[in-house]
Amino acid sequence: MAKHVGERMKRVEDGRFLTGRGTYTDDISKPGQTYAVFVRSPHAHAKIKSVNTEPALAVEGVVAVYTGADMAADGVGGLPCGWQVIGKGGTPMIEPAHPPLATDTVRYVGDAVAVVIAETRNAAKDGAEALEVDYDVQPAVASAVKAMEKGAPQVHDEVPGNVCYDWELGDKEAVDKAIEEAHHVTTFDLVNNRLIPNAIEPRAAIGEYDPAGDNYTLTTTSQNPHVIRLLMCAFVLQIPEHKCRVVAPDVGGGFGSKIFHYAEEAVVTWAAKKAGRPVKWTSDRSEAFLTDAHGRDHVTKAQLAMDKDGKFTALKVATVANMGAYLSTFASSIPTYLYATLLAGQYTTPVIYAEVKAVFTHTTPVDAYRGAGRPEATYVVERIVEIAAREMGMDPAELRRKNFIQPDQFPYETPVALTYDTGNYQASLDRALELSDYANFEKRREESARNGKLRGVGLSCYIEACGIAPSAVAGALGARAGLYEAAEVRFAPTGTVSVFTGSHSHGQGHETTFAQLTADRLGIPVENVDIVHGDTDRIPFGMGTYGSRSLAVGGSAIVKAIDKIIVKGKKIAAHMMEENADDVDFDDGVFSVKGTNKSLTIGEVAFQAYVPHNFPHDELEPGLDESAFYDPNNFTYPAGAYVCEVEVDPDTGECHVDKFTAVDDFGNLINPMIVEGQVHGGIAQGIGQALLEGCVYSDDGQLVTGSYMDYAMPRAEHIPDYNFDFTTTPCTHNPIGAKGCGEAGAIGTPAAVINALTDALRVAGVDNIEMPATPLKIWQALNGAKQAAE
Amino acid sequence: MYNFDYEKAASADDAVKAAGGSDDVMFLAGGMTLIPTLKLRLSQPEKVIDVGSIADMKGITVSGDTVTIGAATTHADVAGSSDVQKAIPALAKLASLIGDQQVRNRGTIGGSIANADPAADYPAAVVGLGATVKTNKREIAGDDFFTAMFETALEPGELITSVSFPVPEAADYQKLANPASGYAMVGVMVAKTKDGVRVGVTGAGPSAFRASAIEDALAKDFSSEAAKGVTMPADDLNNDLHATADYRASCISTLAARAVKAIG
Repeated sequence: MAKHVGERMKRVEDGRFLTGRGTYTDDISKPGQTYAVFVRSPHAHAKIKSVNTEPALAVEGVVAVYTGADMAADGVGGLPCGWQVIGKGGTPMIEPAHPPLATDTVRYVGDAVAVVIAETRNAAKDGAEALEVDYDVQPAVASAVKAMEKGAPQVHDEVPGNVCYDWELGDKEAVDKAIEEAHHVTTFDLVNNRLIPNAIEPRAAIGEYDPAGDNYTLTTTSQNPHVIRLLMCAFVLQIPEHKCRVVAPDVGGGFGSKIFHYAEEAVVTWAAKKAGRPVKWTSDRSEAFLTDAHGRDHVTKAQLAMDKDGKFTALKVATVANMGAYLSTFASSIPTYLYATLLAGQYTTPVIYAEVKAVFTHTTPVDAYRGAGRPEATYVVERIVEIAAREMGMDPAELRRKNFIQPDQFPYETPVALTYDTGNYQASLDRALELSDYANFEKRREESARNGKLRGVGLSCYIEACGIAPSAVAGALGARAGLYEAAEVRFAPTGTVSVFTGSHSHGQGHETTFAQLTADRLGIPVENVDIVHGDTDRIPFGMGTYGSRSLAVGGSAIVKAIDKIIVKGKKIAAHMMEENADDVDFDDGVFSVKGTNKSLTIGEVAFQAYVPHNFPHDELEPGLDESAFYDPNNFTYPAGAYVCEVEVDPDTGECHVDKFTAVDDFGNLINPMIVEGQVHGGIAQGIGQALLEGCVYSDDGQLVTGSYMDYAMPRAEHIPDYNFDFTTTPCTHNPIGAKGCGEAGAIGTPAAVINALTDALRVAGVDNIEMPATPLKIWQALNGAKQAAE
Repeated sequence: MYNFDYEKAASADDAVKAAGGSDDVMFLAGGMTLIPTLKLRLSQPEKVIDVGSIADMKGITVSGDTVTIGAATTHADVAGSSDVQKAIPALAKLASLIGDQQVRNRGTIGGSIANADPAADYPAAVVGLGATVKTNKREIAGDDFFTAMFETALEPGELITSVSFPVPEAADYQKLANPASGYAMVGVMVAKTKDGVRVGVTGAGPSAFRASAIEDALAKDFSSEAAKGVTMPADDLNNDLHATADYRASCISTLAARAVKAIG
C-alpha cells in the first residue's frame, strides 16, 4: 500500500470549504428557531440600578427577554475557571463570580446585561435597543499596572487591590546572588501588547431543548465540545451531562479564542428551554471585538546576568498580567505555567526566578491566544538576549550558540519546572543563518543605506511546551481537568474505517493528517478513512484542540487505538487461519503467519469480524472497533530559529519585512504542506503582533480599537515570501515522534521582527520600540532620537 | 438595519425629483460607506435613492484638455481606463490605491466626494488637480467643494452628476495608508499645471486642502528637496491613534517630495 506519512497531500476538507459547502454554526437553522441579541454594557464599570424589559417585550416580534435576575432565580451558576493557581505563601487565586448575564454590576464594555429573543434578528435588535437599563456609572481602570495602584477603582469587592494572585517560580535567592556577582546585567522593560483574536468566523451558538427526553443540544463554535459540555452542565446550568449534546461543526478559526466556555453558550441553552423554542445567536464583528477573550497584555521587567564570556548566569522576570474583568476558562494558567516555565528558552541559564501578578481590570477577559504565554516568554528571552549581545559587543548568533543546551545534555531539566526531552538548537540556527544568507547581511544593509533606508536583521530562537499536557503534571500545577485525548477506530464490515477523535479541527486539516496517519498504520487506502470530530454524541470524551496538541496527543490516541485493532485483528486472523495469535504478524495491511505462506488482508479480517459465523464466543468477540485514551508522559518541545530582515523608511517610519526565514524542529511530520501552512499563518500573526495589531483601551475602559478601522490585521502586502526548512529530532515519548506545529510561528516571530527593527534603528540612536511598531511609533522614535542628539 | 424606502432612479432628474430636497433622503451609488452605516444602525434615512445604475452618470470622456468622469463611475473603471492612464496617469494611480479590489469594484467617485471622508483619496485629486464638480443644478470649483469634515458645498437633495479634471502638464499622487483601514493618513497630489503648481492634501486635515507653502516653494524650485524643506504647520491637522498632527505635517512634505521626484 502506498505510504502517505510525509506526503504533501492536498487537504480533503478543502473541497467543501472552497466550494462554500462547509457547515458552520450560523449556516444551521432549526425548526421554529428564534434569534437572540444581547444587550451589552456601554460602560466599563457601572452599577445596574434597574432593567426595564417592558419596552423590549412590546416590540413586534419579540418572544422573550431575560435578565441576570431571571437566570439567578433559576439557580444558574457562574462561568468557572479551569485552572487554580496557588500564589506565594500557598495563597490560592481569588475567583470572583462570573454570572452569564450581569446581575448588579457590569465590569467591561460588552458585559451582557440581558438577552432579547425574537422571531427575527432585526426584531431582536429593535428589542435590545428598546430595553432600558439604568446605570450608575462608576470609575473604571483598564491598565493592569494602574489597577494595582492605591485608590484604583475596584473591579470586584472580593478582590481588594484587584490582584487575583501573586505567584512565583524559581529560586529568588540564587538569582539575586547571581545578578549581584554578574560581570554584566542587561535589563529590559517591555509591554507585550494586547491582541484581539479575530477568527474569520465570529462566534455563534444555537441552543435547543427537547422536552420529550429532557435533552439539550448546543451547537457552538468551539475548539473542544466535550469541555464546553462539562463546564456548562456541571457548573453553570446543572444539567445532567448525559442529557446534553454539544456539537461544534465546521469552525472557521479559533486561535484559542474558541476554547473557552462563554456566557452566550449557556444563555442560549438555558433560554431554549425557558422560551420553548431553539435560540440562535451569531456574534457580529463589533461584538467579537468586545467579547471574544483577548490575548497577551503583559508588562514585564527582566534582568539577564552574564559572566565575562557572555555565559548566562541568571534571569529574573517580573510580570504584571491583565486578566480583564473576569477569569476566563484557562486565563489563570496562561501567564504562569504556560509562560514562566518557558523562560529558560533554549539556554542553560542555571537559575531563573519569575514573579507574576495577575490583575483584574475593567476590560474584556484575557485568555489563551495562539501561543498563549509562550510568545510572551519567547519575547522576553529573545529580546533580552539580543540586547545583551549588543551590549556585550557580541554577534547575537554567537552569544546564543555559547548558551545553547547541547544535544548531549538531553533530557535537560530547566530551573523552571520542565524537562526538555530532545532538541538540537545549534542545527536549527545554523540552517536558518545559511538559508537567510546571514553572512552577507552587511552588504544588503549598505545597499539599503544607499537608497536612504535603514535595514536590520534579528534572530529569535524559540522553544515551546506543546502536546498539552501530561495530566499528572498539569494536575499538580492546578489544572482542574485531565489533558489526555481520546480516540476510537471503527472498521465497517467492508473494510472502511471511521476514526472518532476528541481533537477538533477548525482549520488545522486533521481530516487529512489523521487519515494519512491511520491509512499508513492500518495499510489501507487513505480514501477509506474518515475522520469524525466535533460532536459529543459521536466521539469519545476528548479534550479538544489547543496548545499544539492534536497530533502529539490526539494522534497518539489514534495510534493507541490502532494498536488495539491490530491485536484484535491478529486474534481474528489466527482463528481464521487456525494458527496461534502469537505467530501472526501484521505489516502494511496484511496478517501473515511466520514461516508459512498463509496471509489475510485487514479487509478480510474486518469482514469476518462482523460476520462471525464460527467465532468461539468464549475466546473471541465479534467486531473490530477499539478505543483508547492517551495521556502523554511529558510535554513536547518544538523549537526553532527564525531570522527576520526589515527595511525602514526613516522619513515616514514605514517598516517592511523584507526577508523571513523559519527553520523549525517539530519532530516527525505527517504532512509537510499542512505544517508549512500552519507556520505561514503563525508568522503572519507574529508579524501582526510586532508591527500592526494593538488593542487600545481609553483610560476609562472604552475599547478604542473596536473595528478594522482602527485595529490593524496583517494583510498579504505585509508578509514576505518565507524561506522554510525543518530540522528533526523526533519527540522521544509519543508513538509518532511529533511535537506539534500550530503555534510556533506566533511564538517565535515577534522577537525576530523587533530584533530586526531595533537593529535597523540602532544607527539612529534608537534602542527599543514597543509593539506594535507602527509607522507613527517608529517615526517618533527616530525623531525623538534626532532631537535628543541635537 | 432600520427599514427605509428604496427607489431606483432611472435618471439624475428622477433622482433629484424623488429626493425632493429632503434631509432624510440619501443617495446610494456604490454604498461603500452608506451600507455599513445602515447595517450598524448609525444611519436612519427615510428613503434611499439608488443612483448607481443611471447610465448618464457613468463613464469617462476625454475632450481637449479635460477628463470628465461620470459620478457613478467606479474606482476600478477609473483605475483601469486607458484614457485616464494616458491623460492623467496620477488620477488612475490614485483610483487604484483606494480600498481593496472589492471596494474599487463598487465605490464611485461621486459617492466618495459627496461623503467627503477626510481620509478618502479622491478629495486630493479634486483639490490638487483643480477639478470642477458638476451637479444637477450648477458647477462647483474643486477648491470650494469641501467645506469641513464630512461637509461639502452640496445642498440637500443636490446630486453630483460628474467631475471634470483639467489635464495637468504632469502630476503624481503619493499615499501613506492607515495600517488598519487602508484610508489615507496622508495623501498628496502634486500637479504641474499651466497656471502653476497645485498641491492637494487629503487625510491630514478635517477636509482636503491645498498646501500653499509647498506650492510656493515648488513654484520657485520644482524639486523634491524644495518640497521636503517646507515645514508644514501641524496646528489644524488631525490627531489620532495612528498619526499625530506633527507626524502628518512631516509626511505631507515627505510625500510631496516623493511626488515631485516621481514627476521627474
